[in-house]
Amino acid sequence: MAELSVASGAADTVRKPPLVVRFAGDSGDGIQLAGLEFAKSTADAKSDFMTFPDYPAEIRAPAGTLFGVSAYQIQFDSDEVLTPGDEADVLVAFNPAALKTNLHTLKPGGVLIVDETHFDARGLKKAKVEANPLEDGSLDGYQLITAGVVKRTIEALAPLELGRKQATRAKNFWVLGLVYWLFGRPLDTTEDWLKTKFRKTPEVANANILALKAGHAYAETVELSAVRDFAEPRIAKHKNKSRIISGTQAMAYGIAAVSALGKRDIVYCSYPITPASILLHALARFEAGIRTFQAEDEIAAVSAALGASYAGSLGITASSGPGLSLKTEAIGLGVSVELPLIIIDVQRGGPSTGMPTKPEQSDLSMAIHGRHGEAPLPVLAPATPDECFWIMLEAARTAIGAMTPVIVLSDAYLANAASDWELPDIDAIPDIDWPEYKPNGAEFQPFARDPNTLARPWVAPGTPGHAHRIGGIEKSSGTGHISYDPDNHEEMTRLRAEKIDRLTARWPEVKIEDGPEDGDLLVIGWGSTYGAIAQAVKELNADGKRVTHVHLRHLNPLPRGLSELLDRFLQAVTVELNTGQLCSILRSEFLKPVECISQVNGQPFHVSKLRDEFTKRLEAPGA
Amino acid sequence: MNVMQLKASDFESDQEVRWCPGCGDYAILKVVKTVLADIGHSPDDVVFVAGIGCAARFPYYLSTYGFHTIHGRSAAVATGVKLANPDLDVWVVGGDGDFLSIGGNHTLHALRRNVDLNLLLFNNAIYGLTKGQYSPTSPVGTRSPSTPGGSVEQPVNAVSFALGAGAKFVARGADTLQTHLPTVLKRAHDYKGASFVEILQNCIVYHDGAFGAINDRSESQNVTVRLEHGQPMLFGKENDKGLVFNEQTGTFDVDELTNLKSEDDVAIHDETNIDRAFALAQMEQPGHPVPLGVLYAEPAAEFVDARGFTGTKGAWDRDALKALL
Ligand SMILES: Cc1ncc(C[n+]2csc(CCOP(=O)(O)OP(=O)(O)O)c2C)c(N)n1
Ligand code: SF4
Ligand SMILES: [Mg+2]
Repeated sequence: MAELSVASGAADTVRKPPLVVRFAGDSGDGIQLAGLEFAKSTADAKSDFMTFPDYPAEIRAPAGTLFGVSAYQIQFDSDEVLTPGDEADVLVAFNPAALKTNLHTLKPGGVLIVDETHFDARGLKKAKVEANPLEDGSLDGYQLITAGVVKRTIEALAPLELGRKQATRAKNFWVLGLVYWLFGRPLDTTEDWLKTKFRKTPEVANANILALKAGHAYAETVELSAVRDFAEPRIAKHKNKSRIISGTQAMAYGIAAVSALGKRDIVYCSYPITPASILLHALARFEAGIRTFQAEDEIAAVSAALGASYAGSLGITASSGPGLSLKTEAIGLGVSVELPLIIIDVQRGGPSTGMPTKPEQSDLSMAIHGRHGEAPLPVLAPATPDECFWIMLEAARTAIGAMTPVIVLSDAYLANAASDWELPDIDAIPDIDWPEYKPNGAEFQPFARDPNTLARPWVAPGTPGHAHRIGGIEKSSGTGHISYDPDNHEEMTRLRAEKIDRLTARWPEVKIEDGPEDGDLLVIGWGSTYGAIAQAVKELNADGKRVTHVHLRHLNPLPRGLSELLDRFLQAVTVELNTGQLCSILRSEFLKPVECISQVNGQPFHVSKLRDEFTKRLEAPGA
Repeated sequence: MNVMQLKASDFESDQEVRWCPGCGDYAILKVVKTVLADIGHSPDDVVFVAGIGCAARFPYYLSTYGFHTIHGRSAAVATGVKLANPDLDVWVVGGDGDFLSIGGNHTLHALRRNVDLNLLLFNNAIYGLTKGQYSPTSPVGTRSPSTPGGSVEQPVNAVSFALGAGAKFVARGADTLQTHLPTVLKRAHDYKGASFVEILQNCIVYHDGAFGAINDRSESQNVTVRLEHGQPMLFGKENDKGLVFNEQTGTFDVDELTNLKSEDDVAIHDETNIDRAFALAQMEQPGHPVPLGVLYAEPAAEFVDARGFTGTKGAWDRDALKALL
């Protein structure tokens, strides 16, 4: 079994995978880049992994400040990895601010690599640190490696005569070289990448490669003793090719798949907002199948998307909380005129601007209920970065099949977290059927319904002989003419609701992820909490407990079988990054007791916290 | 798109028209049907998108495809329609509240973006549908339920706004001028890009006579100047007055022809000159005749259609998707 032991004069600790590495520094230090390269090398080492970038909200905060710290965490193992890990085995801190804000993430006795360059009076002051932690003994519980990163990087690059400032930029690769050595990783993936990336500026590629090698060589000469055979090949889980993919990239591919499998162009309309903009960026690079449109605001974005659906494309729009608020009126119009439309909400901490880069699941109530009038619509949520691909197919089939807007709830964690992705077998995915209206001889009725799905026909402008008018005023059932008739409004309100309710018949029954069919504790999760819940439940059940995990991808309407499942457990609890929104919904829907394990600190759940919470409930039911 | 032999009645819908008797919108509807027949596209290839307001009921009264959307957002919806299917002939209709108040932002961006849309602003200088509150085009002092002492805000000049937004085609007409309005709408339609037409429309119930003599057929010639590219800007019942360009102030002066040395002193309308268009747009009653017709049409402007946006090389298939992954 692969193990890592690091000795730096302190205890001779032996570390077993899963292992967690965290890089932290100024947002200008190239932390994300170093992290991503480490992830790629992890994939090459055939380990499973999950990563999570933890960005500051500020673009380039003043160097050395606490609010400018950017971090990147990765957990890897030869077994399946479900989360980026609770605590780090290795922490790299590029300055006092990074150390101060990240030290709590390091395990007791963990390896701490510090660049002491900025631990001078000025650097300490910027980080609001009184005593120098490198000198006051506060780091005694860790295996400290003070590597003089900047100094050694400059020394290593001296032959290139770049000047201090230029040379210093390569320090992230120097550290990466050192970390690679710790894990016995080869340097070639990163070297190759640098060569391609800086094809046009080979001097930059050279400088970084030189730094990478120098960091590696330094580790070797000072004999940071480490086990070199960590890179034990994992049992090949993937049949297909795999690649590193973030939730955002998976979602972009999912949208591409909708276009490819539906053989129609997609019109994607959006207004920039963190953390949803990166989806616009990803889609704008595709050369076919998707028309991207940066609108003047979110209202225009959703309106244009709806206009596109009206004209026969599938309109998709994405935003985050504040943008979803702006879109509500037009989404209501979509419900009223019964057109397909997909609204992606990459949730972040709220209310208002809140915490733009931090995940939260606090838009669930709004997604389900946040429109005036009775305006029900389906709400879906992917559980993992990988599922961000599949959820787009499900959303498209739902939107087109039921002629309805669909909201997809992602979050800042899913958007940025990355893992090894098994490429889907495209040939095995069924086509997306774009409904073709077939005239049946009778007069065309834009609001006549399919008897099974209750969907109305979708007839786009340009279709000969079918010109008709639609709008947000109540429509007469069937003809679609303006109607203020009381009975008609009642009928239409109920039909619109029934149409959404009937989706459950097409959707899968609630599925147990892990654990027994009945037992002591039912844990109900949704969205990005999947990994942490799955890991905690796995560990407890391995310990002989009886905990069952279900994870909802369909939040409105709720899947079949959930009510019955609740009856088979002594206790039920939701796990949510909000103050209990799903919990309230389940209580009011089923009139059954459900509790909530809630967290709203802008961070994903730690596995250890969930394990403790579940254990507490198992030991003292109802506590 | 095919051109067919059509009659105005081919564009009549089966819906009962519900505007107040005497509303200027009827006159505009009549003209639009004639123009659509003249253009000759099948009603199946024409789309009318509207927001909310009296004017915005327009799509229901035509036999074309129609989408009555939400207040202020019609230009955005229409942009999406055009993104999905650039071959459709897309018209956008709204009132002064719809286009310049709640939807001002979308009007601005639709114009500068220059997507091939025909935007018709029915300006009655009042909120008709909500029962007569003053609007962003109401003159200072407009008494309304929400301004019983008279409004105090400076109104927006719609054509100046459009030019300022970067519109490439800006024109003005009036509801009652049934021979003039069709020529303006036809030009707007034929222009490739976003064409903006302000139509002065009388709301007989809440703001009767808002435009004074302009849309009074017998008096109109005295208070308006009909712009024609390459023609001298003469006006008045006897064509006895003219506009003279004042190089010093950059604006137009009004003079009696009898005062001028020669008729050649009268400025010639050049619809391709943006500075002159701004000067014309500023002309208001009293003091100046109100310009009607095409104020500005940028020649050969690059318009944006869906094909100009990214990712428009056609839908993918499975093989392309596999190659992408
Ligand atoms: C979001 C929203 N706010 C307010 C309204 C109420 N409303 C409907 S039409 C209108 C103004 C109509 O004025 P205008 O656009 O000039 O059209 P007109 O009726 O004069 O033709 C208002 C305020 C609405 N329908 N939606
Ligand atoms: S209120 Fe005015 S604008 Fe509206 S229909 Fe009546 S007359 Fe026309
Ligand atoms: Mg009005």
